[in-house]
Amino acid sequence: MKKAIIIFLIGAGLFITNVAFGANLVIKGSTTVLPIAQKAVEAFMSQHPDVKISLSGGGSGNGIKAIIDGTTDIANASRFIKGKEVKLAHEKGVYPVPFAVAYDSIIPVVHRSNKISNLTLGQLKDIYNGKIKNFNEIGGRNLEIVIISRDTSSGTYETWSKKVMKKERVTPRAQVMASNGSIVQAVSNNKHAIGYIGIGYLNDNIKPLRVNGIEGNEATTLNGTFPISRPLFMFTKGWPKGDTLNFINFMLNPEKGQKYVKESGYVRLY
Amino acid sequence: MPMKREITEKLIQKLFMLIAMASITVLFLIMIFIFKEGFPIFKTVSINEFIFGHYWYPTSEPPDFGIFTLIAASVLVTVLSAVLSIPLGVMTAVYLAEIATKKVSEIAKPVVELLAALPSVVIGFFGMVVVAPFLQEVFKIPTGLNLFNAALMLAFMSIPTICSISEDALYSVPVALKEASMALGATHLETILRVILPASISGISTAVILGMSRAIGETMVVLMVAGGAAALPESIFDPVRPMPASIASEIAEAPVGGEHYFALFAIGIVLFIFTLFFNVVADHIAYKYKQIGEASL
Repeated sequence: MKKAIIIFLIGAGLFITNVAFGANLVIKGSTTVLPIAQKAVEAFMSQHPDVKISLSGGGSGNGIKAIIDGTTDIANASRFIKGKEVKLAHEKGVYPVPFAVAYDSIIPVVHRSNKISNLTLGQLKDIYNGKIKNFNEIGGRNLEIVIISRDTSSGTYETWSKKVMKKERVTPRAQVMASNGSIVQAVSNNKHAIGYIGIGYLNDNIKPLRVNGIEGNEATTLNGTFPISRPLFMFTKGWPKGDTLNFINFMLNPEKGQKYVKESGYVRLY
Repeated sequence: MPMKREITEKLIQKLFMLIAMASITVLFLIMIFIFKEGFPIFKTVSINEFIFGHYWYPTSEPPDFGIFTLIAASVLVTVLSAVLSIPLGVMTAVYLAEIATKKVSEIAKPVVELLAALPSVVIGFFGMVVVAPFLQEVFKIPTGLNLFNAALMLAFMSIPTICSISEDALYSVPVALKEASMALGATHLETILRVILPASISGISTAVILGMSRAIGETMVVLMVAGGAAALPESIFDPVRPMPASIASEIAEAPVGGEHYFALFAIGIVLFIFTLFFNVVADHIAYKYKQIGEASL
């Protein structure tokens, strides 16, 4: 209980500071983009000490809504703006401008000893909704499958559920890990396990799977052939000016912002 | 001069009252905060659906906010850990208080208490990296991150609590009782089982319940080793998702003021009620079975 209270308090503290912080640049939105933005904002602020940036999550939908309402300067989004939102924005005289800042690529992984090296999207979906229970059903050894998934509020889960699950639910029997790192840890120790992680977290202790015969790497992500990937955006309110423009430029600079894209486990634009 | 002394006395009294009030106020405010943030979820789902719903899909469309599997996980993990930790904790206490020589207990006691000082994240890490592969190997089960592992780690954490409070209870049994029993010809074992344990039962019960309330609220360990599957377990080797684990892993990314956020606080309320219940029971037992003097046994 004590710990729970502490977590509540920390949470509450964070929210309060977000609100109370008098910032001259506000960034809000997708939690998937948050780690990149976090690192970029820190670096940007240390180079421009006069600019104060307030960064918060809340989800892509909330970010875009904030752009339309004018309560943020930049909205992070892990999806493109919807037609409905564009219409709403135009009614309010706001013209959101998208900037792709990175690509997110999710790789299914198994234990190194696993014979399987390629799965189709359909097979992945059937594993995660609980229809396929044993690796021998998909050409592997006779091993019961232990499904490892991410907590439902993570951006990685969101991508997975959109691109693989196609809105179907992940079985409640799936184990849930709180980070990419713990999935790597769990999968590397368990012959039965299958998991999925952001491309930046791949290492030699786990075996990445090809999806529909395509290997997930930077090249297949950028040319759009790897199926479990998507671009990540920052939307600005109209064409960016002043500090907003500076920050977007910083973000897109291969020597500056893009460096943090890779550090956060995503695929850089170039 | 006496006037001045009285004033100092009063001031110090007030100061202490203020300090005591400060912590009570903070606790009370936290409680209000949890309730205020948790209650709005019941506009979306009924209390019944929330407590007895089997599906926890807070972010899907449409979302499901049923925490029955989470409650069951918390209860099962706590009960199983109690089954492991109560005998170990109480027997250790009996050994340290009654049987061990002074030298042994001088060494053993601090070691047991050191176990309490181990940060829970370290215990969780140990469970994840060492115990999980071991369980998987020994029991030939698909995953080592499961109910049993979590219960085992929680038992580690509650043993020191149970042991040291029980030990205090055993020590406070009047010597006259023990001597009387021995004088009547009872062996040491008989004395421990028939006289000392019954005489200290209220203290031991308090110890057990405080140990369990520590286990049910523990977050880091269950987050790391329980496996996190929000389904009812079919065996003790199935992964589960206790309430604190759910809150800890999801609160950071739940949009403030959204349904998911409210639901997590509502889980906090449930957890709060659980620990409150444990504490009230502990208090009640301590009061009801209080050993006063030597006559009431």
